[in-house]
Parts: sequence; C-alpha cells; structure tokens
Amino acid sequence: AAAMELPPSHGVANRAAALATGYLCYRRGSPGRGLALRCLRRARRQDIDDVGHKYYLELVLEDVLDKDSTVNCTAEVLYHLGNKNIAPDVQFTLEGELKNTEEADNIFYSRIKSLEKELVAENIPDSHGNVPPEMEPVRLLAWVASGYLIWQNSTENTKFQLAQIKRVKQVKRSDEYLEFDYTILLHEMVSQEIIPWQMTVLWHPQHGVQVTQDSRQPKHASQ
Amino acid sequence: DQVFHIVPETLQQVQHLQHLCSTLLLDFWKPQLPEDISTGEDLHIRVPAHLVQEVKDSLDHHMISYKVLIPDVQQLVDQSMPKERNSHRQVPEGYDYTQYHPMDEIYQWMTQIQKTNSELVTQHYLGKTIENRTMYYLQISQPSDKTKKIIWMDCGIHAREWISPAFCQWFVKEILQNYKSDPKIRRFLQNLDLYVLPVLNIDGYMYSWEKDRLWRKNRSPYMNGTCYGTDLNRNFNSSWGSIGVSYNCTSEIFCGSGPESEPETRAVAQFIEKKKSDILCYLTIHSYGQYILTPYGSTTEPPSNSEELMHVAKKAADALMGKYGTSYEVGSTSLILYSNSGSSRDWAHMIGIPFSYTFELRDNGTHGFLLPSDQIQPTCEETM
Repeated sequence: AAAMELPPSHGVANRAAALATGYLCYRRGSPGRGLALRCLRRARRQDIDDVGHKYYLELVLEDVLDKDSTVNCTAEVLYHLGNKNIAPDVQFTLEGELKNTEEADNIFYSRIKSLEKELVAENIPDSHGNVPPEMEPVRLLAWVASGYLIWQNSTENTKFQLAQIKRVKQVKRSDEYLEFDYTILLHEMVSQEIIPWQMTVLWHPQHGVQVTQDSRQPKHASQ
Repeated sequence: DQVFHIVPETLQQVQHLQHLCSTLLLDFWKPQLPEDISTGEDLHIRVPAHLVQEVKDSLDHHMISYKVLIPDVQQLVDQSMPKERNSHRQVPEGYDYTQYHPMDEIYQWMTQIQKTNSELVTQHYLGKTIENRTMYYLQISQPSDKTKKIIWMDCGIHAREWISPAFCQWFVKEILQNYKSDPKIRRFLQNLDLYVLPVLNIDGYMYSWEKDRLWRKNRSPYMNGTCYGTDLNRNFNSSWGSIGVSYNCTSEIFCGSGPESEPETRAVAQFIEKKKSDILCYLTIHSYGQYILTPYGSTTEPPSNSEELMHVAKKAADALMGKYGTSYEVGSTSLILYSNSGSSRDWAHMIGIPFSYTFELRDNGTHGFLLPSDQIQPTCEETM
C-alpha cells in the first residue's frame, strides 16, 4: 500500500518519533551528549502486507544540554507485525554535524577512572528536579542507555521516557571500559505506568555506549 | 543590578517600602530620600543584583505591584560564589513562588492570601478527601451587584505533576498583585469570577512528597487495603470505564469502582454541576507534554463547538509561544495522545460548559514530572 500522510500532531506518529529518537540517542549519545525530540515535522505511514507498519519521519532533535542546538533528521521506523519480541527496525540520517563532545567525554572518563571508591548515587534528578552539576554526565549516560531500552521495548501503543535514575553504582573493571549498574524508572505515557528497570551500561569515549544486560523489575507491591 | 519602578497605593505599602529600602540600603533614584516616598507618586530604586530576588519576593508578599524599568544597570561580576538555587533566602515572611511547596504550606498560603486580599478573595470549602482532608478553593471576585460568569481552574489532580499546583499559586499571585495596576486584569474581573482549586488530589500530593515522588492517583484503599488509588482523571462520569482505563487497582489508570466513586471527584463534580449555567470555561492543569487539549478523549467525534474551541486554544498557544518560544501542541486528546474516558475535562464539556481545556505544562520529557524549580517561573509566566 502507498504511504499515507499523517498530521504531525498525530499520536501514533509521535510515538514512532519518540522511538526513533531513543534509538538515535543510543547510537550517537555519550555522557556529554544527550539528544531529545524537539518536534515532529512530517510523518507518513505505510502498511506493508504481512510485514508491518512503516513510518517515515522528519524530526528536529535538540541537545539536552543546550536547547538552542538542534539538528534535523529523517528516520524510518518499522513495527513488525505479529511477533512482539522483535524490536522495531530503525534507520536514520542526520543532516549536519553533532556537537563535538570529545573534551567533555575525556574529562568525565578520567574523573571516573581515577576515583578511589566506586561512584554511587540515588535519585537523579531529585524530587525538585535538581541534578548536581558533577552528576550531569552520569544522568546523560542513563538517558542515552535508556534509548536502547526504549527501542527494544516499544510498540505502536507505547511511548517511553526516562523519568528518574533511582540508583546508580559504578562497577570497577580491569579493562578500559567504564561500567555502571543503573536502576532507572521509565514512564510509559499511554498506561501512565512507572516501570523500574535495571541495566548494565558500558562506555568508553571511543567505543560509545552499550547496554550489555537489562531486566525489567516488578513494581513495588502497590501500597 | 536592576532598577524598579513602583507606585505605592496605600500608606501601608509606603511604610513597607521605606522599611525595605532602609534595611537593604537601596539606592534611591527617585525621589532622593525615603521620607519623600508617597502614595500615587513614582518610586525608582536601584537594587543590587544579589538583592533583586529578595526585593521581588518582598514586593510579591506584600502585593506591591512593580515594573522592572532597567533590567541590567551594571554588570556586577561576582566571581566568588554563584547564587545557590536550593538554599532558602533570608526572606522571613516571604512566600517563594519559584519553589515547590508541601501541602501544609499551601494550606497556610491560602489562609494568608485571603487575609491580605479580603476585598477580592474568599476561601471556600469544597469537600473532603478520602483521607479526610479538607479541600478548599479560592474565589477571586470583584464585588458587584451583577452575577458574573465563572472561570474554573483546578490543579494537582495527579499527584506527581508538581508544576501544576505551583502554577495555580503563581496565577493567583499574579492576578492579585497586578489587579490595581493592570487594566486588562481589572476589566477581566469586572465581568468574570475566577475559581481556583490549587490542589485537587491533596492526599496524593502529600504522598508524593513523603513516600513516592512519582505517585499519580488518590489514596483510596481497595482490595482490603492491599491496593491503593484511583486515577481521578478517569473517574468522572464521561463515558466512564469505556476506553483507556483499567479496572484493576494496581494500574495507574484505574478508573475506580464506578463513576464518581471517589470523594474528591464528587466534591468537584457536585460543585460544578450546581454552578454549571454560570461557568464559561473549565480549565484543568496537568504536566507534562506541552499540550492544550480539547474534548474528547473517549471518542474522535469532535464536540459541537470544536471550531471555536480550537480557535481559542490556538490563540492561547501562540501567545504562550510568544513569551519564551515554548511550543504547545493543540488538539483533542483522542487524536494527539491516546483514548481515555472519565476525564474531568470531557465531563465538564458534556454537561454543557462550552470551553473546556486540559493544559499539559512543561516540559517535553527531558525532565518530565521532575521539572526543576528554576523552570517554575518561566513556565508560569508563559502560561499566564
């Protein structure tokens, strides 16, 4: 079937946009660079028989640390029919360059590598929305890694966003990578649920961000 | 540094200004001496950068209207210590509208607001919450012999959306503080009464302060106290329980045991039902997402006055964007977000209130529910 134009305010198109943004952020992000969706410019949808639903999107992304810094992007998201265990396929093209974060990344890398005791922290941001400046890269790393979880677990009926880092603990490694064990809270917009999720995140300035293990956690017994 | 322009209205204000200026050793540009401050006369004072907020707070607290004549007189580069955002400033009695407040402080604030603005503001009983706390709304009404149409605004129906009650408080402060000096507000109040419910879901709000910051629902016990909370915005009698809800108490969108099963819902619904022929506009404030949402959530069928609803909403979104460039999406919930039933906004429209809107305030998801307090001011200013 041919691709159908959707209004940019369309709910499902925006969910596809959020998914694409999460994936993109995971692929291109670092503790010095987090990307968020500024707006959806254009969306088209194509129903492919026996395969699934494909969305063609034109997005504007912004740098989480510098809202005035934006980049345009085109993306294609394919939600597979039937089998809910396959993550959607995402392809994207960025127009233009992303800010270079090499220096900030290296500073963070050295700082953590030289810590005597492993870094441990809770509730980032805190209840009032505050993030201590030295924790900002730790927060962004979670933001980037959550992009992986968002990509792997989204359907056309879900829209995930990182709500808070409940806990983060550094795990010391003998190799060059930094490893962090995060327990984060994801907010799912349609069901309004807050979902705790544990993830192991590896990072190195030259090798990007990797989620090597993750596990959805049960909600606390509803008090 | 900034230069403030103030026209004192009462002797009380003159005295407070004299006290403030002499205590803080502010620089008089006009008149030359504090003794020459008088009602109805221009006052220009230069306030050093580090006292600007304190002076603003004091003026706010005493409901003294002011304009910033010069926003940046002189760069005072303070290298040693940037101003701490979190610590409380040394304002003894001031209410800080740029911070989030727990419920007991909001109760006190309501009492204070009525006391210091008794000509315009009255505090009224609305009902009780499931944990037996009292719900109050504020009525802002210019005395007049004619019956006026009403604009109703409620905040804090969802506990974790802290920016919402913060906005209601800001809104009240802005109206009262600028009532005498702003002809637009005066004209507004000549023809309309404002009813503001600063926190609808009081129990939930308190729970989000004390136990679980991301709690959403009320604190109604179900299943023998093994499960808590109804989503109050799924509990109204508008296609209740039909779509976009859960019948399971463990869900965040649990719609309750029946329409208006919750005392908070009933308190609001009974009041609005009683006054509905005079209510022109129903506003309910949420976060996050940056939307102005029109009916309906339960169906994609547009409401009868949909064109007019959209037109007004679009104008609001444009005005909002004009302030800081923040963009708000406008449209019906069922098309923009997801389907849901039992929302207060849908119900208000269904019983005949023509203009019914849900505002979803900042931000877009980067902070979500945990909006930093330094965004309270710009969020509220643009939404005003």
